[in-house]
Amino acid sequence: MVGEGILKGLTETARNFFGSYVSKDRLTTVQYPEQREPQIEATRDFPFLVYDGADWQQGMRCVACQICEKECPPKCIFIEKSKDKKPDAFGKSQFYPATFNIDISVCMSCQICVEVCPFDAIKMDVDYHLSTENRFGGLLLNKQRLSKSNEYYDAIHPTEAAAVDAQRAEEQAKLDAKAKAAADAKAAAEAKAAAADASLGQKAPAQPAAGDPQ
Amino acid sequence: MTLLALWIPQLDQIFVIAAHWLLSYLPAALQPLGSAILSVAAIIVAFATLFALTTLLERKGLGRMQNRYGPNRVGPCGLFQPLADGVKSLTKEDIVPIRADRAVHFMAPILLVTACFLGYAVLPIGRNMVMVDMNAGVLFFFAVGSLMELAVFMAGWSSRSKYSLLGAMRAIAQMISYEVPLVLASIVVLMQAGSLSTVTIVNMQASYSGIWPHWFVFTPWGLAGFVLFMIAATAEANRSPFDLPEGESEIIAGYYTEYSGFKFALFFLGEYIGMFATSGLAITLFLGGWSAPFSFLAWVPSYFWFFAKLLTLIAVFIWVRGTLPRLRMDQLMNLAWQFMLPMTIFNVITAGIWHFMPGGPLRWLVCSTMVVAPCILFASGLKRKKKFQVRTYHFSQ
Repeated sequence: MVGEGILKGLTETARNFFGSYVSKDRLTTVQYPEQREPQIEATRDFPFLVYDGADWQQGMRCVACQICEKECPPKCIFIEKSKDKKPDAFGKSQFYPATFNIDISVCMSCQICVEVCPFDAIKMDVDYHLSTENRFGGLLLNKQRLSKSNEYYDAIHPTEAAAVDAQRAEEQAKLDAKAKAAADAKAAAEAKAAAADASLGQKAPAQPAAGDPQ
Repeated sequence: MTLLALWIPQLDQIFVIAAHWLLSYLPAALQPLGSAILSVAAIIVAFATLFALTTLLERKGLGRMQNRYGPNRVGPCGLFQPLADGVKSLTKEDIVPIRADRAVHFMAPILLVTACFLGYAVLPIGRNMVMVDMNAGVLFFFAVGSLMELAVFMAGWSSRSKYSLLGAMRAIAQMISYEVPLVLASIVVLMQAGSLSTVTIVNMQASYSGIWPHWFVFTPWGLAGFVLFMIAATAEANRSPFDLPEGESEIIAGYYTEYSGFKFALFFLGEYIGMFATSGLAITLFLGGWSAPFSFLAWVPSYFWFFAKLLTLIAVFIWVRGTLPRLRMDQLMNLAWQFMLPMTIFNVITAGIWHFMPGGPLRWLVCSTMVVAPCILFASGLKRKKKFQVRTYHFSQ
């Protein structure tokens, strides 16, 4: 029949028109500022720096090794290494970044910096409310704006963060064991020396062991 | 009750009375001029408001047809969206291509809007509410309507852009092709009414048998003429599914590719105003103009009926736009010359037979057959499978 297809089409659009007022299921639009879709766990947009503890400067994991800066394909990371050293989260004395800038207007969210970081110091963020009035300064994130706590990381990527935390705890345990072993060895050496001193009959005064790591 | 009966005719004529009252303050020598200015201002304000309303309704309607909300941010339910759009287009930069013909480029949108508004001069919006009761009103309407083609081609030619020119070429080909069936479809009414005056045509339809009105659309030739007229009007207004001249997927925005800011808004305005004008003519010719659809509703003011019918036609335009995909160029031309043109010519003959046959069921049977049979015949002609061949080109060609 002539015009059958047109009538069919008109029926379909009329059904949509009235149906969208009757059933809310038809309308798939999410009314953005008021409603938000829950983010999936693997969401990522721009990198941030993780710190442990309460103080962002003290607990910063980054040691300014500059691997991420070298690997970054669009070269959006700028790091300046410190002159002095500071103890890191494990208590080791390390360099720290004097300057750490990421230009997120250049960043392409590839996550390569995260993958190459040996210190789990840089991770991907999920915050996308980044609009700003200043398109140059506002999008150039400095060290302070990049720093976010490990608790925040745990909250945004629970599975991934748990694995990282477990690994770091293991490393910490290893270090502790090593320190303990060293301490034990030192104690033993001291005891031995004391015993030797005692056997020598306090001829010489007790000397501190040379090459003590502490 | 008696008070109501007294006030109803007053309400119907309220605008006419108000205009007379205002004009009585002018000296007699200035009254014709004042009357003209008053009517022009009223038409421009009323239809520009309708345009603003339609853009909103169209976006909301199309949204709902696609299971979306449509604009709902500016004001309650997005009601102030047209205002925001207007402010936006007014504050945008007006860019003219460096090699464009500046004068023609500037004049094209103005001419378009002027031509579109001129048509309203002969449309009876209500009882005694027509600006000029011309004895060649319908002819005048088509004459100024064809000015639109000139404006479109001016826009396309002066822009010095291949997209503009291609869009203008398409628009001209389409508008001229569809102007023929548009005029031929309205001829049936002129034959029956025996007049070119829009006021006379509406007055002929504003009577009732029982509760039913004498609209021309309630006859076989009238119905066919109305449908053909509306199809041609859609093509004239460059609306979907006949929006090839501005097919954004192919030629950006057609003849107004190189327009921006308020000039672009003027083209937009012109397009909608033109659509309202042709719809208004369709209402005048086939749907009884300002007359009520039932005799017991005749107390409702006449201008209400005109705008109610206009809004209904606009809703149909939006509905069709939300449904049908764009035609191909050859399909468009085939529809115009192989279906619309023979159908309208047949319809003229049908109207002639209707006029000379005595009234009764036989007349209805003969005329209905004369409408339905060619419709099926020509439509199947359109559907016939065409043979496509690979064309081989040679250097000599």
